[in-house]
Amino acid sequence: MQMTPEFFILAIVTIVGISTPILLAALGELVVEKAGVLNLGVEGMMLVGAIAGFATTVFTGNPWVGVLAAAAAGATSSLIFGFLTLSLNSNQVATGLALTIFGTGVSSLIGTAFVGRIVPQFGSIFPPELARDPILKVLFGYSPIVYFSIIMVVLVWWFLTSTRAGLILRAVGENDLSAHSIGYSVIGVRYLAVAFGGAMAGIGGAYFSLVITPMWAERMTAGRGWIALALVVFASWRAPRLLVGAYFFGVLVYLELFAKASGLSILPSQFWAAMPYLMTVVVLTLISMRDRIGLNAPACLGKPFLPAT
Amino acid sequence: MRIKLEKRPEPSRLMLVVTPIASVLLTMAIGVVVFDLLGIDGFRAVVDIFISPILLSYKWQDVAVKAAPLIIIALGLSVGNRANVWNIGAEGQYIIGAVCAAGIGIAAGTTGGPLIILVMLLAGMVGGTAWATVPAALKTRFGVNEILTSLMLTYVATQVLGYLLSGPWKNPEGRNFPATAPLQPDQTLPILFPGTTVHLGIAIALVLPFAFWLLMSRSVFGYQIRVVGSAPNAARHGGFDSNQTVWLSMLIGGCMAGLAGALEFAGALKALNLGFPSGYGFTAIIVAFLGRLHPIGVLIAGIVLAITYVGGQVAQTTVKIPNATAGIFQALMLFFILASDVLVRNRIRIIPSRKSAAAAVRGE
Amino acid sequence: MAIFNRRHFLATAGAAAAALPLVGPALAQEKVKIGFVYLGPIGDFGWTWAHNKGREALEAALGDKVETVYVENVAEDASAIPVIRDLAQQGCKLIFTTSYGYMDQTIEVAKEFPDVKFEHCTGFKLADNVSVYNSRFHEGRAVLGTISGMMTKTGTLGYLGSYKVPEVVLGVNSFLLAAQKKNPDATLKVVFIDSWFDPPKEAAATETLLNLGADIVTTHTDSPAALQILEQRGLYGFGQGADMSAFAPNAHLSAIEDIWGPYYILRAQAIIDGTWTSSNTWDGMVDGTVVVSPYNAAVPADVAAEADKIKAGYMDGTFDIFTGPIYDQDGNLKVEEGKTLTLEELAVMDWFVKGVESAA
Repeated sequence: MQMTPEFFILAIVTIVGISTPILLAALGELVVEKAGVLNLGVEGMMLVGAIAGFATTVFTGNPWVGVLAAAAAGATSSLIFGFLTLSLNSNQVATGLALTIFGTGVSSLIGTAFVGRIVPQFGSIFPPELARDPILKVLFGYSPIVYFSIIMVVLVWWFLTSTRAGLILRAVGENDLSAHSIGYSVIGVRYLAVAFGGAMAGIGGAYFSLVITPMWAERMTAGRGWIALALVVFASWRAPRLLVGAYFFGVLVYLELFAKASGLSILPSQFWAAMPYLMTVVVLTLISMRDRIGLNAPACLGKPFLPAT
Repeated sequence: MRIKLEKRPEPSRLMLVVTPIASVLLTMAIGVVVFDLLGIDGFRAVVDIFISPILLSYKWQDVAVKAAPLIIIALGLSVGNRANVWNIGAEGQYIIGAVCAAGIGIAAGTTGGPLIILVMLLAGMVGGTAWATVPAALKTRFGVNEILTSLMLTYVATQVLGYLLSGPWKNPEGRNFPATAPLQPDQTLPILFPGTTVHLGIAIALVLPFAFWLLMSRSVFGYQIRVVGSAPNAARHGGFDSNQTVWLSMLIGGCMAGLAGALEFAGALKALNLGFPSGYGFTAIIVAFLGRLHPIGVLIAGIVLAITYVGGQVAQTTVKIPNATAGIFQALMLFFILASDVLVRNRIRIIPSRKSAAAAVRGE
Repeated sequence: MAIFNRRHFLATAGAAAAALPLVGPALAQEKVKIGFVYLGPIGDFGWTWAHNKGREALEAALGDKVETVYVENVAEDASAIPVIRDLAQQGCKLIFTTSYGYMDQTIEVAKEFPDVKFEHCTGFKLADNVSVYNSRFHEGRAVLGTISGMMTKTGTLGYLGSYKVPEVVLGVNSFLLAAQKKNPDATLKVVFIDSWFDPPKEAAATETLLNLGADIVTTHTDSPAALQILEQRGLYGFGQGADMSAFAPNAHLSAIEDIWGPYYILRAQAIIDGTWTSSNTWDGMVDGTVVVSPYNAAVPADVAAEADKIKAGYMDGTFDIFTGPIYDQDGNLKVEEGKTLTLEELAVMDWFVKGVESAA
């Protein structure tokens, strides 16, 4: 095996494939958590997005419409969670878990009609000549969803740090009662955030069913939604770090597979698999040690909004 | 017209009892309709999922085996949840509990007897507690969010299990399949009724809720938990150390999850394999909420959820519903119960708005 | 959704119509009820899908004498016990538990129901009323290996594995030994992904194998993910468990199909005839249990001819890939010239042949 540029380029392309869906779902969850809501239903929303995107593409033949449908389906399922937790103040942890059970069931039931069908891969939209050159492939060899995920990182980052709306969203997550007293609609902001999170998770799910493997299989996300949840924490609720974290996770997975395929056994594979989670705990602890008061976790995370009336 | 929620000064006792029952009934009613629309005999499906496991006495043992770990884990979790401590990593603590019990079983070799069983159960409790120590310590020492750390550690626990089964603890007679050797017959929990699978763990699951009830209602600790949960500021003034509450509730949660793991291993499965973590720790969170965080409520909720699991499997063979449908059902039931929580805490008042009142007067 | 509902409606209506003549109690009583316990969903297009096809074949063949029921998504933990027991209590006379992880649970329930017969797939624990059955998938792998050995350009092959259990080890060794007969320098890179079903990881692992120079990848996990990656890269691979050519029309050179129908029909007939006895069955190509799918047009005629020779050799019993000399990874002679590994030896095989590059 030679360490040629070609070799690294191939590795990068694979890593992008591993990282993108998790990055998308995690970006959505980041906004949700910044608004002070913890939605553990990411896995369920991803599955709903995966089947909705696939089914729509089967019917319309247009993956762009499929991705939109995935976003809409993800957002719709997230609104069940939103209604229960925001309007009825139900417990967020339990409701999120219930949403995952729901999403798994609904996607399986709808999916039975789509097992064994395929759609064309939603791959690169650039002329193939561009992707033939190895260097250019790194830039032009991906599905539009990949570019979308990167653009969204920038947009979310800009939105949260530089816009008034982002400031309001963060205020709602940090101190809902003051935000309320200034006159912002805490519940309204949170609804929007939850729906955005659902849409992003849905698109992340569609990346599985339209790009990586253009097919439907029950539970095809195989737990990636939970990794997305971990990533948000790993990134300490910052969008640029989320990008780094998602790709770091991709590199770890690739290293594990690479070591196995090369016949190297430095450490048991389970160690590699546990790494992202252990790292998340460590990172979380380091952040917390560094600034105890400011701890970047939104202060209202997971707590219901109970204004004194 | 406007609907207004008014917070009740005290949670409604009536609603506390009525809403879960109403939720189950509502789920059943929707089920009949939805199944009929899907071309399945809806009435039969609902009967099979919710009623058959109760009517058929031979199903009771299945319900009991399924309910026991849910109840035990949920009891531990409900203590923490009452104090606003969110341990969602019970699944990991459950796995480590079983791993520790299995370690004792492997170390004991062919030696069996009550002492070995007791040590296995203790090891399970110690293991689960130890796994919960990490989030507890990080929370109290550095203020790290316990929801996230306990969840992360669940994945680590799964990998620990995978590592042990793939090599060190792999059954030498097991043809390389990732599983431990089965326990010796005298290393497993005693069966309470000969000819059934009802093991000692089920008795423990039935007794523990009452023990927790006493603990929560009679002891200073129970009082502390309730005060910290409902009025953290008052608790601080009252001299209750919030760190101490976090510690105790995390450790109780871990201990119970570990115990459940050890009981499941030594009572039901008798060997560890990769299929061991099947989500009891997560489902137990839901059980804790269905049971309104009350020990007796948890007991009932655990049984109800176990009934739907067992019934869902029955319905797969009788009315041939796909497994996914049973999942949708459980989710619906949970949604309803979580939604109905609002009725426990609030009173609904319908306020006619001025405009519509005026419209009503004009007869429009 | 509308289309989905109609499909469902039609399917159910069809089933209802088919069931109508059978509602008479006298007739219904004569039917032998047969239960199936599935690990995954029947829509996994892999392991469980194949078992369900076997069940459907059984219904088609003996539909007037048998009634079948199944439970899908049954975890390999203690909750499998009530599922198996429930099938027995419902009156099933024969119960197939179709995953290794149900072994002890099957034995346990079998003790409670001495009159019910049980069949456990891929396990090794027998009882008076418990049989085990498995399939010599590795025979099919020898055919695929032959094709790969002749068609590889890089001489590096890839194998996407689940766990290092005997079934997979046999597949790996059979595949590479066959390839080396055509291309003595062929090597095989193996990745175990610690799961039978994880499409994203299967896809990433396949890409990794390709990145390391493999140009043909065969899979021993359950989804068509790897084939779709190969299709995207313009390379070749094989289906696992079923003909997966629909998922990768160009990349899919062939597949090993798990055909459980013949065995299920045989065992059900034995119950009807009252001749069922506990047995350890390990069927292969000659029994119709392992079927190699039609070759892709991309397989040249001479390659197809060589592959067919292997098939024919298994059909008439003149060929066995595990015939010496066979060397292990470190070059030690494990099987002497002229000797052939016995089924008992194969059942516990845990070493790789020379040329396998694997960490495990």
